[in-house]
Amino acid sequence: MNNASRVRLILLQALVLGAVVAFGAWLIHNTLTNLESRGIATGFAYLERQASFQIGETLIAFAPTDTYLRALMVGLLNTLEVAILGCVLATFLGVAIGIARLSSNWLVRTLAAVYVEAVRNVPLLLQLIVWWDVLRVSAPAPREAWLLMPGVFLSNRGLVFPLPSFTDGFHWDIPHLVGFNFAGGHTVTPEFAALLAGLVVYTAAFIAEIVRSGIAGVAKGQGEAAAALGLKPWLAMRLVILPQAKRIVIPPMIGEYLALTKNSSLAVAIGFPELMSITNTTLNQTGQAIEAITLMMVVYLGLSLATSGVLNWVNARAALQGR
Amino acid sequence: MNLSRTLTAALLAMAIVMPAWAGPTLDKVKKDGVVTCGVTTGLAGFSMADRQGKYTGIDVDTCRAIAAAVLGSADKVRFVPATAQQRFTLLQSGEIDVLTRNTTWTLTREGDLGFLFAPPNYFDGQGFMVAKKAGVKSAKELDGATVCVQPGTTTELNLADYFRTNKMTFKPLVIEKLDEVENAFFAGRCDAYSTDRSGLASSRAGKAPNPDDYVILPEVISKEPLAPAVRQGDDEWFDIVKWTIFAMIDAEEKGVTSKNLDDMKKSDDPEIQRMLGVVPGMGKSLHIGEDWGYNIVKQVGNYGEVFDRNVGPASPLKLDRGINALWNKGGLMYAMPIR
Repeated sequence: MNNASRVRLILLQALVLGAVVAFGAWLIHNTLTNLESRGIATGFAYLERQASFQIGETLIAFAPTDTYLRALMVGLLNTLEVAILGCVLATFLGVAIGIARLSSNWLVRTLAAVYVEAVRNVPLLLQLIVWWDVLRVSAPAPREAWLLMPGVFLSNRGLVFPLPSFTDGFHWDIPHLVGFNFAGGHTVTPEFAALLAGLVVYTAAFIAEIVRSGIAGVAKGQGEAAAALGLKPWLAMRLVILPQAKRIVIPPMIGEYLALTKNSSLAVAIGFPELMSITNTTLNQTGQAIEAITLMMVVYLGLSLATSGVLNWVNARAALQGR
Repeated sequence: MNLSRTLTAALLAMAIVMPAWAGPTLDKVKKDGVVTCGVTTGLAGFSMADRQGKYTGIDVDTCRAIAAAVLGSADKVRFVPATAQQRFTLLQSGEIDVLTRNTTWTLTREGDLGFLFAPPNYFDGQGFMVAKKAGVKSAKELDGATVCVQPGTTTELNLADYFRTNKMTFKPLVIEKLDEVENAFFAGRCDAYSTDRSGLASSRAGKAPNPDDYVILPEVISKEPLAPAVRQGDDEWFDIVKWTIFAMIDAEEKGVTSKNLDDMKKSDDPEIQRMLGVVPGMGKSLHIGEDWGYNIVKQVGNYGEVFDRNVGPASPLKLDRGINALWNKGGLMYAMPIR
């Protein structure tokens, strides 16, 4: 390339960059001017104001007198709770189904294939609502709750079980019926259970396919060599095939974990108070749609980047060295 | 579903990003030949589409009255169903001309959101509905209850206030779509369902498997003046919406109905003459036709007719007039003088 065309190329790139920046600045300027001319409040000061609403499920203490910022923290922690549990459980289920897909047993193989095809091809939102309806409708009211084990109750309010308590020495905090609901112990609500079940079952189907292709990607000779050494099929799978398949499997798995985390925002439909749900309420009470949605996008982006960062590191460690 | 809804909200928010939308609302409405109103996605008595897709309800009739006043035909309306969450952005971005969607008039909605509220077309208050078999007689007995509620409403805030004031605890179950809130409550997922009492009556009449199995508790825990809202900065349009409501109330007070309207045109009462345009001037002041009042009552009816048709004792909602009676009959409905 001669000098003149190189200069032209740089000039062109500078022009495009300048246009993008100018367009962005124009958008922001317009937005602020228009918001002001219409008397609509702007800025992030609302985060420090009192939220005034209550949240049904919280991992940290929350009262209506706390700020919007803390409410969003509660939502974020709920998102993280379901995302982390979901990723772990979906991995176990997905790997099991993936291996089952390659089983020499016709029934196991077919059942796994039916599972994958059925689950992958039904919209997740629909699955969540079905899970929720099943959990809600099939279980009885709290006063007629099923006693599954001593201290463990299942009702349409969820699964309640005892928790160890360390205040005043060790004892079990056993749930008991007070008025409408159970007090004490720990409750897994139908909303949380439905969301977790829905996300795990859905994502596991995709993970199963990744695992299956990962196993299929390991050279056939490896399995034959393991068999020749006298390893039982299960040991051959665990010691020889899976460790090699892992290298193939990790990169596409990152995408599935990201998808699961982002899909957890569908919980608004079934009433689990995660980040999206809290943002919805905040957006409505303050009317600051642009700020609230921007903040939510930034948080999801941060979550996604952090997830892929961690998994890329794992991937780098799992990759073959120096070949 | 919800994702698309948030996307809509985001897109509408983006509409604010575009250069200031020009010209007052009246010009736009006249040019388009249609009044665009934001209404609820389905609340019997307020706004509900029937099998033919025809909308009925108090909010719908308010919108139709505005169209009758401005365009001379109550049918020149377009309804945009909006969730509690979308409604404000719809109005802010100019997608709708007026929000007639059982929306509570509050300070921050005028101050922070940039709206103005016309006179309420329904004075409501928040209450609780419970299953009869729960044996609850008063909201004071709801300690520890799970309460179903919609997000983005004053309901959510009043609820927290009420339980806090009475030193009781509760667990909200916040679900975005009204249908799903109702399903959850009637399936027994919540001990109580809380919203405006008219809304409770509407859900009970329309969605309960057996309406007699549910009771609305006597406590009214808030004031909910439900009023149409418009954007700030267009006083001409605000006046039209405001006086449309006043005309409907005034017509009832003066005994002018859609049935006797043509006889009433011969009335000696100067207020009636001004309202119906027999003596011109009022329409000119509002920058619309002189037959605005006539068209409202002829095509939609006076406030009492609208109330009875949509939510009154003869309707499925069976609500009595209560505080929505005229001021001279012990209620709050009071129209400023049309002169």
